[in-house]
Amino acid sequence: MNLFLKIWRQSRKDAPGEFKEYQVRDITPDMSFLEMLDALNEDLNARGEPPVAFEHDCREGICGSCGFLINGVAHGGQRGTTVCQLSMRFFKDGDRLTLEPWRASAFPIIRDLVVDRSAFDRILQAGGFISAPTGSAPDANAILVPKEAADTAFDAAACIGCGACVAACPNAAAMLFTSAKLTHLNKLPQGQPQRDQRTLNMAAAMSREGFGSCTNHGECEAVCPKEIPIEFIGNMNRDLIRAAWKRRREPLTLSESPKDER
Amino acid sequence: MGTTMLDARIPSGPIEQKWDNCRFEMKLVNPANRRKFSIIIVGSGLAGAAAAASLGQQGYQVHCFSYHDSPRRAHSIAAQGGINAAKNYRNDGDSIYRLFYDTVKGGDFRAREANVYRLAQLSVNIIDQCVAQGVPFAREYGGLLDTRSFGGVQVSRTFYARGQTGQQLLLGAYQALEEQIAAGTVKMHSRCEMLDLVVVDGRARGIVTRNLVTGAIECHAADVVVLATGGYSNVFNLSTNAKASNCTAIWRAHRRGAFFANPCFTQIHPTCIPLTSEHQSKLTLMSESLRNDGRVWVPKKKGDQRSPNEIPEEDRDYYLERRYPSFGNLVPRDIASRAAKEICDEGRGVGSSGQGVYLDFRDAIQRMGLEVVREKYGNLFEIYEKITGEDAYKVPMRIYPAPHYTMGGLWVDYHLMSNVPGLFVGGEANFSDHGANRLGASALMQGLADGYFIIPATVPNYIAANPLAKVDTSHPAFQAVKADVEKRISTMLSINGKRSAESFLRELGKLVWDDCGMARSEQSLQHALAEIPKLRDEFWHNLRVIGTGEELNQSLEKAGRVADFFELAELLCIDALHRKESCGGHFRVEYQTPDGEARRDDENFSYCAAWEWKGEGVAPELHKEPLTFEYVHLTQRSYK
Repeated sequence: MNLFLKIWRQSRKDAPGEFKEYQVRDITPDMSFLEMLDALNEDLNARGEPPVAFEHDCREGICGSCGFLINGVAHGGQRGTTVCQLSMRFFKDGDRLTLEPWRASAFPIIRDLVVDRSAFDRILQAGGFISAPTGSAPDANAILVPKEAADTAFDAAACIGCGACVAACPNAAAMLFTSAKLTHLNKLPQGQPQRDQRTLNMAAAMSREGFGSCTNHGECEAVCPKEIPIEFIGNMNRDLIRAAWKRRREPLTLSESPKDER
Repeated sequence: MGTTMLDARIPSGPIEQKWDNCRFEMKLVNPANRRKFSIIIVGSGLAGAAAAASLGQQGYQVHCFSYHDSPRRAHSIAAQGGINAAKNYRNDGDSIYRLFYDTVKGGDFRAREANVYRLAQLSVNIIDQCVAQGVPFAREYGGLLDTRSFGGVQVSRTFYARGQTGQQLLLGAYQALEEQIAAGTVKMHSRCEMLDLVVVDGRARGIVTRNLVTGAIECHAADVVVLATGGYSNVFNLSTNAKASNCTAIWRAHRRGAFFANPCFTQIHPTCIPLTSEHQSKLTLMSESLRNDGRVWVPKKKGDQRSPNEIPEEDRDYYLERRYPSFGNLVPRDIASRAAKEICDEGRGVGSSGQGVYLDFRDAIQRMGLEVVREKYGNLFEIYEKITGEDAYKVPMRIYPAPHYTMGGLWVDYHLMSNVPGLFVGGEANFSDHGANRLGASALMQGLADGYFIIPATVPNYIAANPLAKVDTSHPAFQAVKADVEKRISTMLSINGKRSAESFLRELGKLVWDDCGMARSEQSLQHALAEIPKLRDEFWHNLRVIGTGEELNQSLEKAGRVADFFELAELLCIDALHRKESCGGHFRVEYQTPDGEARRDDENFSYCAAWEWKGEGVAPELHKEPLTFEYVHLTQRSYK
């Protein structure tokens, strides 16, 4: 099949960008979307034009590197699928596809379809961990974890940090991402001692990074390649109220902005 | 060929006490002095992130480098099946000694006993550590940890988190790392690729990197350099490795003096989704855990065109169960892969290419019910459906072997230090513990043992035991290496030929797969050794990289990695040619038993082959580390 592509091209962070049009030919249905872009890039290379920069690595939907908008939909619209796993079977001959990077002020564009998602790392730095220095652990079966809690924690921990939730949200909120990590850690017995501090610090980091707030559109859940449910945002809000209500220590100190430079 | 003996620094005492003795004899660094020492860690996968976090916790100044945008992207994330630990929670006869025994035997007696025993000992601590961090392992209703069995063993010792164990373990290490970054003990350098090693007065003292966003070439000095940069399966181009996985860090260190050990020990994983088209950019693994409940078969008759569900029981050949009745579908990977190849070479393969065998869950679904199968393997069935468009709950999966893991890597001693003092190597990047074949669920175990427990003990000992002169990046050695790196980049940008780096890797990978893949012969290896230099020569004359070095340039990144794969491919074939025996993943067709199993030659090849770089166009020099087996008796591996 042949396709018409309109792709956002931007040479660097502070350079102006623009859409450019390309045609790709002889695409077969067993190719993945990124293999289609590989073919385009091979073509551009042969013609002496700069290939389209896009992020990708594992190509099996787990590393979270890839992601851009296809006709305005993050990862292209097949439920529970990253763009690297999106098959060309999903498209038909003559389709016109517009490819753009994630659009959010907290995710500045680096080049073409590549954006800077380091804000996610900084949210994690604010509290997305259980402090267990190496060597200090008790026997693994000394900590009993009810199966339901372990399963919910797993469902939340399945987040791959791709950023689609932010790109799909009209407020560019990072609530689904943050709530997934909070649900993972706050559900487990090991996560209880730091629960309140973690919740308050990660929520504060989220605003500090310039992400918006949730207004229940549900777009994040719809595009999430790991199908993280929006209920987790409800969990996060409950934990926030809980943490604010039941402070363990006065005055409560929130972590400073991490030292890592932007 | 030389005969230099390598000193593996194996501690004294009975095998059970070696690691304890080693730790007691190690020198310590006073907590107040630790912040004065700096450690560079390249790579942020299981080994790298765990080592960075653990050394940061101890108080050293750690600098961690990754070419990804975030440490969480490292390829450890893609490991599916599980992680072994000798916990014996099942009361099924497991023990540290048994895990040690299984691993030495599974590696076809080409690993160092002392290292493997330590790995088995530490496996127990790894599970404790990961649970404490909140890794959501599978649980039973009573709240205890669940386990499953895996290839090559007869106990249930594999801990897992659905089919995403690597992801969950990496996120645990990544979160510990992020905590240390916030605490200021670790400085993370993301989107920063190591392009060379700097050796000063015989010691590793730093690296030269390229900032992938700005293109800046930068020097970094430290007291110790740790490489945890993964394996080199992408030398085959099509493999289950992530697209960016490459050998540059270890290859550049090799060129600066580090010996490269057993490069020909590569693992071909038996359960991958077969290749469908020539555009395909990578191969996708289906976890080996599927072989717990799935049954492998092909039609008895050649060219049986019936759909699999129409083929009755009597016309099916469950060839693994037939040939290996006691291990059945759970034979080790090298054996399962080779058996699949033989069946397909006989013309009994399935699928349009004939390069595939069935992995069938019909009986498992009947026995356990659909829901239980979905619970255990759901995400794997989804991956399969996304790629092939087929529902494996209804029709059997088709699978075929694919390059997956490399047991070879930089030579290290018991302390995980290479022959270059101050250069430590962890995880898949070293050659360490798996011998000629790695058992399933042992890669995660080794990466974390190296990262959490071994490197954080041996690196401080090195710092305490050696007076290290102050060195900074103004040292002429840094400037010389930096100039080399810059020259190489400008050469690649100025060739201005016709072919992309990608197209060269595709051609190289096919050559290496055909001549040095699942079956190797003197003839095929000689062929590869004649062709690789020609193709490499073309690369350096006909490469085309668009753009400049001062920007994000993914073609340039690729070109540098492909250039190093060319050199490694040659060493891989030289090593395979020199090892005139079959063992584990290295199968030389000239050396097999009458029933087609690998025939080892312990008399002549019971050693680790460590190769020394002697310069471009010069034959590498072989150094041998003899392997002695005091605890596990050398036998022909049998899984019958």
